[in-house]
Amino acid sequence: MKARAGWGQWAMGGVLVALMVFTLFPFYWALVSSFTPDAALFRDPSLWPKDIILDHYRALFDERDFFTPIRNSLIVAGTTTFFCLTVGTLAAYALARLEFRGKAAIMAFILAVTMFPQISIVSPLYLLLRSLRLIDTYPGLIMPYMTFAMPLTVWVLTGSIRQIPRDLEEAAHVDGASRRQSFTKILLPLAVPSLATTGILTFIYCWNEFLFALSFTLGPERQTVPVAIALFRGQYQVPWGQILAAAVVATAPVAVMVLLFQRRIVQGLTAGAVKG
Amino acid sequence: MARISLEHVEKVYPNGYVAARDLSLEVADGELLVLVGPSGSGKSTILRLMAGLESVTGGTIRIGERDVTDLPPQQRDIAMVFQNYALYPHMTVRQNLAFGLTIRKQPVSVIDQRVLAVAASLGLDVLLDRKPAQLSGGQRQRVALGRAIVREPLAFLFDEPLSNLDAQLRVETRVELSRLHRKLGATMVYVTHDQSEALTLGDRIAVLKEGVLQQIATPMQLYHHPANKFVAGFIGSPSMNFLDGVVRREGPGAERTFRGKDLTIDVPLRTEAPDKVFLGVRPQHLEVFGGANAGGDGTLRAEVGVVEPMGNEQIVYVTLSGGDRLVAVAPPDQQVTPGDVVSIRVRPEGIHVFDAGTGARLG
Repeated sequence: MKARAGWGQWAMGGVLVALMVFTLFPFYWALVSSFTPDAALFRDPSLWPKDIILDHYRALFDERDFFTPIRNSLIVAGTTTFFCLTVGTLAAYALARLEFRGKAAIMAFILAVTMFPQISIVSPLYLLLRSLRLIDTYPGLIMPYMTFAMPLTVWVLTGSIRQIPRDLEEAAHVDGASRRQSFTKILLPLAVPSLATTGILTFIYCWNEFLFALSFTLGPERQTVPVAIALFRGQYQVPWGQILAAAVVATAPVAVMVLLFQRRIVQGLTAGAVKG
Repeated sequence: MARISLEHVEKVYPNGYVAARDLSLEVADGELLVLVGPSGSGKSTILRLMAGLESVTGGTIRIGERDVTDLPPQQRDIAMVFQNYALYPHMTVRQNLAFGLTIRKQPVSVIDQRVLAVAASLGLDVLLDRKPAQLSGGQRQRVALGRAIVREPLAFLFDEPLSNLDAQLRVETRVELSRLHRKLGATMVYVTHDQSEALTLGDRIAVLKEGVLQQIATPMQLYHHPANKFVAGFIGSPSMNFLDGVVRREGPGAERTFRGKDLTIDVPLRTEAPDKVFLGVRPQHLEVFGGANAGGDGTLRAEVGVVEPMGNEQIVYVTLSGGDRLVAVAPPDQQVTPGDVVSIRVRPEGIHVFDAGTGARLG
């Protein structure tokens, strides 16, 4: 029996390692390539970084002004996440805790919004934004992003607020708290882990979004990171080294954020609230 | 401290479920009233109506002299201890205890002083900086209690506060609660489904069934003079035995006589009785004699099915010759073995008669 359990664990470990190699290798390859001269990339690509150069990164920030797209992406993704979380939390609270007619219909409606293929609404949205004079502006990206990111926020937060025992808010009411106080002092602190999770998901969605960002911006002043990277390729050549360096730079903030919030997410704040 | 009175309170849910019907009762100032009933009897809902967590669909609720029927819970100045404690998991014990005072914007010095005093009295002073997750069940229970006490509310509401504790801790906490009630002289309403908890804790007990008040009385009155068959069956352990039969005027002095399948017995009835009745006898009022005829006349022949030794007594399950089953309590030293044929004698002072139709007590 023991031996068999041992084999099972080995097999499981093998599968996990294979899975990790499969998912992490592209990142590793991008990282290595971003430090390799373009010429070497095509002549004899090596799994291990041989002669490390920083040329691609230097070019990124000196010749191309990659700071601007990063700033644009941060502003657009950050603002969208902020509004999604504030509006989404309030909506989720209402859907999870208040009694009103047509709740199921509203939930279904919110979900339905996500079912439009993005490509099908690009043209109408473009016309709409143009007549509102919002093409090539931050709000012109933030508002469409919010319509697509909000349903996820509302659904996830509604689910997690429902998980928080109602007794806690009732206890707060009896203790003298108003509805607003029980929301800010009891419910909100307990919802922080799921707020962090949905916040990260929303941020990543906005950070990576390409179609809208390409369609609704006109020049480098408002272009976001994915659009900027896509437009690196010239008519005669594709600067792979720079593209991969840019990809590494674009991935870094997201990775850092996830690592920062990770502990918050897994902390499981509701432990010990009720019997268990 | 204040009295709580419910006047013709009614709670009907939109789906037609009735949690309280024309309920009137009064909790006196300083009294501990227990609401007891099986699940679905509406007892917890009634407590939540008092707290303001649910709104009535009819009637009036007063706390002290104030009509609180339409006030939200935060304006009623009552404290509630929840079944699962409902401690705020993101706050320390100190913050949990202080929450009600902080919300009411009491000065910090007052809060500190009261929190420390209550924590000391409940033995929580060494746990003040812990979070609820780091506490045992009993400790969480005490924090929940402390959170209520610290506020010095008009009344305390308890919603099955002991049901999550293990058996030994439950008895200890029960005694602790009783002591606390005496010390604080506070008005308390206590909900439980456990009749022994009700009997031991309550100054008075209100028995509920399907949202209707069956009887409200002291533990002794409930036990000895149950108002109807439901109360008689619910209060007391093991449960009262019931036999169906008829009451007739028979015998030399035209006494009232109960005639059942197995039993004919004179019953002390004053009022005119309907034909069909239930005869109720508590297991403690049945005597078991070894041997088919050892008890003499007026006894029942029965076969012993199961014997449960409890240490201080034995609970004996017997089947009468007519097929009726009875539960009796025998002294611990008596020889009773499953399969024995025994005689059962009904002690006349332990007889209750109930109307078979309405279940109401007769006589």
